[in-house]
Amino acid sequence: MLLITCPYCCTARPESEFRYSGEAHIARPLEPATVSDDDWAAFLYMRTNPKGLHAERWRHIHGCGRFFNALRNTVTDQILKTYPAGTPRPGLGAPAEGGR
Amino acid sequence: MAGLHRTNGGGRVDRTKRLSFTFDGKAYEGFAGDKLASALLANGVHLVGRSYKYHRPRGILSAGAEEPNALVTVDRGRGRTAPNLRATQVELYDGLVAESQNRWPSLAYDFGAVNSLFSPLLAAGFYYKTFMGPRLLGSNWAWHKIYEPLIRRAAGLGKAPSLPDPDRYANRFAHCDVLVIGAGPAGLAAALAAAEAGARVILCDEQAELGGSLLSEWSVEIDGVPASSWVDEAVRTLAASSRVTLLPRTQAFGYFAQNFVALAERLTDHLGNPDPAAPRERLWQVRAKEVVLATGAIERPIVFPDNDRPGIMLADAARTYVNRYGVRPGLRAVVIAACDSGYAAALDLHRAGTAVAMVIDPRANGDSGLAGSVRAAGIEVQIGATVTATRGSQRVSAVQIGRAGTEGRASTGEWVPCDHVVMAGGWTPSVHLFSQSRGKLAWSDDAQAFLPSAIAPGQAQRSAGACRGVFGVAAALDDGFAAGRAAVGREPLGRTFKVTHDITDFRGIAGSHGAGARGSKAFVDFQHDVTVRDLKLAAQEGFRAIEHVKRYTTTGMATDQGKTSNINALAIVADHLGKPIPEVGLTTFRQPYTPVTFGTIAGASRGDLFDPVRRTPCDAWAQAQGAMFEDVGAWKRAHYFPQAGEDMHTAVARECRTVRSAVGMFDASTLGKIEVVGPDAAEFLERLYINSFQKLGVGRCRYGVLLNEAGFIIDDGVIGRIAADRFHVTTTTGGAARVLHMMEDYAQTEFPDLKVWLTSTTEQWAVIAVQGPRARDVLAPLVDGVDIGATDFPHMSVKAGRICGVDARIFRVSFTGELGFEINVPADFGADVWEAVWREVQKHGGCAYGTESMHVLRAEKGFIIVGQETDGTVTPDDVGLGWATGKGKRDFVGMRSLSRPDMVRSGRKQLVGLLTADPKRVLEEGSQVVEGLRPPAGTPALGHVTSAYWSEALGRSIALALVADGRTRIGTRLNVPMPDGDVAVDVVTPVFLDPKGERLNG
Repeated sequence: MLLITCPYCCTARPESEFRYSGEAHIARPLEPATVSDDDWAAFLYMRTNPKGLHAERWRHIHGCGRFFNALRNTVTDQILKTYPAGTPRPGLGAPAEGGR
Repeated sequence: MAGLHRTNGGGRVDRTKRLSFTFDGKAYEGFAGDKLASALLANGVHLVGRSYKYHRPRGILSAGAEEPNALVTVDRGRGRTAPNLRATQVELYDGLVAESQNRWPSLAYDFGAVNSLFSPLLAAGFYYKTFMGPRLLGSNWAWHKIYEPLIRRAAGLGKAPSLPDPDRYANRFAHCDVLVIGAGPAGLAAALAAAEAGARVILCDEQAELGGSLLSEWSVEIDGVPASSWVDEAVRTLAASSRVTLLPRTQAFGYFAQNFVALAERLTDHLGNPDPAAPRERLWQVRAKEVVLATGAIERPIVFPDNDRPGIMLADAARTYVNRYGVRPGLRAVVIAACDSGYAAALDLHRAGTAVAMVIDPRANGDSGLAGSVRAAGIEVQIGATVTATRGSQRVSAVQIGRAGTEGRASTGEWVPCDHVVMAGGWTPSVHLFSQSRGKLAWSDDAQAFLPSAIAPGQAQRSAGACRGVFGVAAALDDGFAAGRAAVGREPLGRTFKVTHDITDFRGIAGSHGAGARGSKAFVDFQHDVTVRDLKLAAQEGFRAIEHVKRYTTTGMATDQGKTSNINALAIVADHLGKPIPEVGLTTFRQPYTPVTFGTIAGASRGDLFDPVRRTPCDAWAQAQGAMFEDVGAWKRAHYFPQAGEDMHTAVARECRTVRSAVGMFDASTLGKIEVVGPDAAEFLERLYINSFQKLGVGRCRYGVLLNEAGFIIDDGVIGRIAADRFHVTTTTGGAARVLHMMEDYAQTEFPDLKVWLTSTTEQWAVIAVQGPRARDVLAPLVDGVDIGATDFPHMSVKAGRICGVDARIFRVSFTGELGFEINVPADFGADVWEAVWREVQKHGGCAYGTESMHVLRAEKGFIIVGQETDGTVTPDDVGLGWATGKGKRDFVGMRSLSRPDMVRSGRKQLVGLLTADPKRVLEEGSQVVEGLRPPAGTPALGHVTSAYWSEALGRSIALALVADGRTRIGTRLNVPMPDGDVAVDVVTPVFLDPKGERLNG
């Protein structure tokens, strides 16, 4: 079970308090009626599915209830950073330390 | 009971406490502190099992968790038989009942041993080669009907108990600074160091006694006291600390991300008469800041021809039985020593009175620092010798000694009579947990073993002692102490333990030694009966990767997961392929380290506690009325209320009749309810639902349809405007949590500009639906301060008022097509109000009805049920709900998708009604709708039946269906092919009753 730090509660909590909500930074177009069919289909269905760092949404559903974003390495399952919804994807600064 | 096989004294058994037990029905005695294995050996019993495939007689190989052969079933009474327990781990108690496995009719005379005669058939890959035969009688007919049942009966392990498990299992979460796994020298030292620094420590060990290998030492002294006494003192020190938790009988079996470790603690299996209320086992889920792995190492067997006869045992096991349990496994032993532990075993056996006929060391230039002591004891030592054959049917009786020659061939020599063979093939570090934690292993030429290398990201751990190749008591103690210091962030103290009589050479050899004569078998994996020949065959047949060899030969795939066999198998395959071991690779280590009971994993989550059950405030009443219930999500809902002699069909027909002719009441409390509040509440709902809400008047309701962003219906429900800034939103019973989650998502992330707050009120309101022409008469005497007359309270409106003196929200809504009300009262008053309404309903000849009648009544009106008429691919227009879309809306969730090409094409499936030509025939839900008669296989269906019932009101069957271009097919005839022939159906509009809504508006 992963430990996930909720950026609102500012504490690490077990994964079972959270719910996954898909890829992050996919904003709903402000004027959907003006979006082309292809662009709308891309908004609905196309996701990056990267091997490595993935920005994704989680909700602290059995805690504060807030949605937030996380950077997770899809290879190691490590969550390297969590940050509030609506804020840009952060850099990671120094490379993640291996192990300790 | 001193017996031939007990030493005169010493060891850690209590010779004053005799315990009686039975094995295969025969009574024996042992001492307190014995394991089942040591007690059997003390009684001269070596034959304890039959092998998996060939049913060969097998004895006790080891003294620990790695045991592949001595698997037994322990019977603790009805429903309490535990199969496949390792006799080396089963603690003896008075009255223990154990049975051997995989034999019939008895261990000594096992019918299945004829398998040995067919052994050429049973070589590697025999399943694939033999049983995937021609498909004469259908796919794998022979396999399913003949081979598999036969093989399952003949091959295999213990039988799973067939009765429900009467035991209780506990579960605990724990946090600590340092979790130390393994309480041998490294683990004890690590725990002492961490505890000294004030850390919160958990120390767990699979054995009943902490101490690990130190418990098996005879002459070793630590800091001036015997190892055994040092252990006792160390355990006393740790136990005295309030910050240390000692967990004996606790196997760490899984190591997961972020230092999350699963432990299985055995609580009562070692007791003859446990408190029946006490849990049998406990699952610990430990989150540790640091983990110290001190899991030790496992000795390898030596692979020589017929190395599996009872009486042939690992050297470390022999030392353990002699030194710790005071048991002489044999009277005349031959020791095959490829490392120090073999020589040490020779000395220990000799001291305990076993005649050691010979020590042979298969290493060409092998010599041990202990060889001198062994020779000084008068024992012959032969270097560069090996065993080329063994004899003895149910117990080894002699071994043939050969000289290692060129090309792996050995010259055969003299036969040496013996009843005990001790083998020391070298030691394999137990890296299982390290590997489970996703740490990387690296081959060490120096240690001739895979050792921990890089730790996985996110894991804070260190390995100490033999599990990382640091062998010997002194080195393990020092290494463990340093690891314990480091785990709490302290510099090493440079503390060294003073140890005497330590042994240091543990490398040994790996692979195959001594080619056997024709007909002999050199076993590598004892539990799965995998031989050298099998492995070579796999390599010859082209298997190169060890993972493939493993699956083809099943080496390492038994319940012991190859603890004693993996490295030998790897060495044999590598040798055959002419590659170095690391190039052949290593198989994956998986959880659990040793088998864990389902009970431990399930814990309290079984029976009534398996899944939470939700019950409404009116549930007790329904139960008292004898209602039949159905599960809807976690809810128990009254399905129908049978009266005496009624089956479901007659009960539902009566309920439907009563609602249409008089009145019925229905428990709708399970409906999801969300209070949407705030100055922007109307705008929020406007953006989420397809309907308009800005202009909905206070006190009015609207049927809301919710789509996902892809344009498909995911929920529906009536939404009432309680105040300008307050809405009472209802959802489907199953959709409540999902809808709230979706609303929160949009409120928080897409429309954070809106001031709106969402609260689940599902369990705050009890909801009583009163439906039928007499519904108003039922409510009239109960309500207070509300005009429920037709003029003042029309269909689709909501009022706050009082009923039976309780504050209520009363909706005038209908899911039956009749005049109807839904009364929402605070849940605590639900049962009382229900009873009051029930008294009135009875006065009007009404009844209570369940969900089945509700389904029929709504289908007669063509009202959809989300999840029944919809399946996540259905748009509002598909089910005729296009009218609900708010006029002139610029946007709502899913709106843009409704104009995508696929959504506006012709040929989409649309909701229609179906009337069977035979009015008595009720269709089956899910059956296919097609155009022609008897369509050939492969004909695509036009659609499918979504709902089908007997309609009491219409006196015939009705059905709803999704059919391609359904609305243009109204008036045509289609077919529903069924096994008993085509069923002709007429396509009609999906409203069967009162299409003008006169009853509803009454």
